[in-house]
Amino acid sequence: MSSLAVKVSKLSKIYGNTTAVQDLSFEIETGSITALLGGNGAGKTTIISMLLGLLTPTSGTIHLLGKQMPEQRKTVTPKMNFGSPYVDLPKRLTVRQNLDVFASLYGLREPKRRIEQLCDELHLENIIDRPTGKLSSGQATRVGLAKALINAPCLLLLDEPTASLDPDTADWVREYLKAYRDLTGATIILASHNMTEVERVCENVLMLKSGSMIDHGSPFSLIEKYSRQNLEQVFLEIARSPDGAQ
Amino acid sequence: MNEDKSIPRIPRLAAPKAEQRADRSFSPLRVAAMIRRYLYLLQSGWVRIIELAYWPIMQMILWGFMTEFLLNSSSVILRAGGVLIAAVLLWDVLFRSNIGVAVSFLEEMWSRNLAQLCASPLRTHEWAAALIIISLFRTLIGVLPAALLAIPLYQFSIFEMGFTLVAFFSNLLIFGAAVGLGVSALVLRYGLGAESLAWVGIFLIAPISGIYYPISTLPDWLQFLAHALPSSHVFEGMRIALAENRFDLGLFYNALMLNAVFLAAGFFIFLGTFRIARRQGLLLQIGE
Repeated sequence: MSSLAVKVSKLSKIYGNTTAVQDLSFEIETGSITALLGGNGAGKTTIISMLLGLLTPTSGTIHLLGKQMPEQRKTVTPKMNFGSPYVDLPKRLTVRQNLDVFASLYGLREPKRRIEQLCDELHLENIIDRPTGKLSSGQATRVGLAKALINAPCLLLLDEPTASLDPDTADWVREYLKAYRDLTGATIILASHNMTEVERVCENVLMLKSGSMIDHGSPFSLIEKYSRQNLEQVFLEIARSPDGAQ
Repeated sequence: MNEDKSIPRIPRLAAPKAEQRADRSFSPLRVAAMIRRYLYLLQSGWVRIIELAYWPIMQMILWGFMTEFLLNSSSVILRAGGVLIAAVLLWDVLFRSNIGVAVSFLEEMWSRNLAQLCASPLRTHEWAAALIIISLFRTLIGVLPAALLAIPLYQFSIFEMGFTLVAFFSNLLIFGAAVGLGVSALVLRYGLGAESLAWVGIFLIAPISGIYYPISTLPDWLQFLAHALPSSHVFEGMRIALAENRFDLGLFYNALMLNAVFLAAGFFIFLGTFRIARRQGLLLQIGE
């Protein structure tokens, strides 16, 4: 099996006169946690959407888990999953009902066992039979995470996984993701604005600006390369520089 | 957020228990999962069930009294007593089947669940199949109480039509679902601003379906259009069944053949619009 979980080559997405992603190439090792970092309009969500097969690229190729997307999407989707604060689960269904539906969609042989396991690990016992629309944002994040993990994905894509969470809950989510990766060897890609989060959780960072990759490397190597004290300062330099990277 | 504070700092994880079934190009289990999703929604509040049955019952009562009035004043109508009630009930089958598909689809847009489904292994044709099956449930919930109520109220039982009723019901259900798939595609393409199409779109064909009057009433050029619709053959067949007490096989076949074309077109438009949606990023821009 290839040690690359993701291989993207010359990827572009153009809407009319607007270029959302331009000529993007990168590779992500299996079992790593990688951040897509960039300001608004950098193309993070567009990239994640193309990886998920929700958006067809204008040009370029995507290989996920050794399969080409979107052509072999059907083979890959059972092994991947995603979470985003910009999508919801049906609010009138209870947490259990929602997880049950997605467990079946992902073809789990024993959906009840997996739901019980996630219920235990993500501490959903008290809310499992509550309507999803009546949860606090912290609870909804844990439920969203449970849905994203329902099929124990080899490739997990998360769009701003800790957006609008209090620091305590956000910290818990980061710890959980690291524990999940350590246990399963899954590859995690997350889009984030939160530099502290990226520094703490990710081994790799892809710095994006206006749909192009400006720089990449580990958080430590980028901080060193730009002679800054933290990733936030690196981000600000890149975001404010007209040319992008050094 | 108090509940969140009680969560232990470091989660203790066990190996995931998530063995998956082999992937298939058409999975009845995924179709069943989507049907379950819509049934969960229906059972989430009694108001939803009442709402489904309310309008067909009101329509039936209104047209039932109209029939009683006409029975006392027209010898022509006398020969086909119950034709208006049957027409109302069968029109509601068509209407309910159409919105059964379209509204179930809209539920995903209202709940911002579209991207979750489209990123899952669910195939678009499996989803379409689930929408059609759930529209059958919704139609039965809507129309059955009205049909049953007509028996004590007006001494009219549509069930006496037997096989004829099954033939008409199936044809209208398929046609309504085909239109529902087309309407859902339009809503996906043009966003929630076009959602009213789900409710009113089907009324476009009502005047030329011959629900309450024979197709021969229409001007010639409209008759041509009317004959291209399965619904017009069903309602013509219904009038013959009630007035002459016979089943017109020719009209049934016409409706069946036309339905095959409309259903194929509905699927084609539905699947094609998803391809367009993936190209244009429409699956990401839809919300409440």
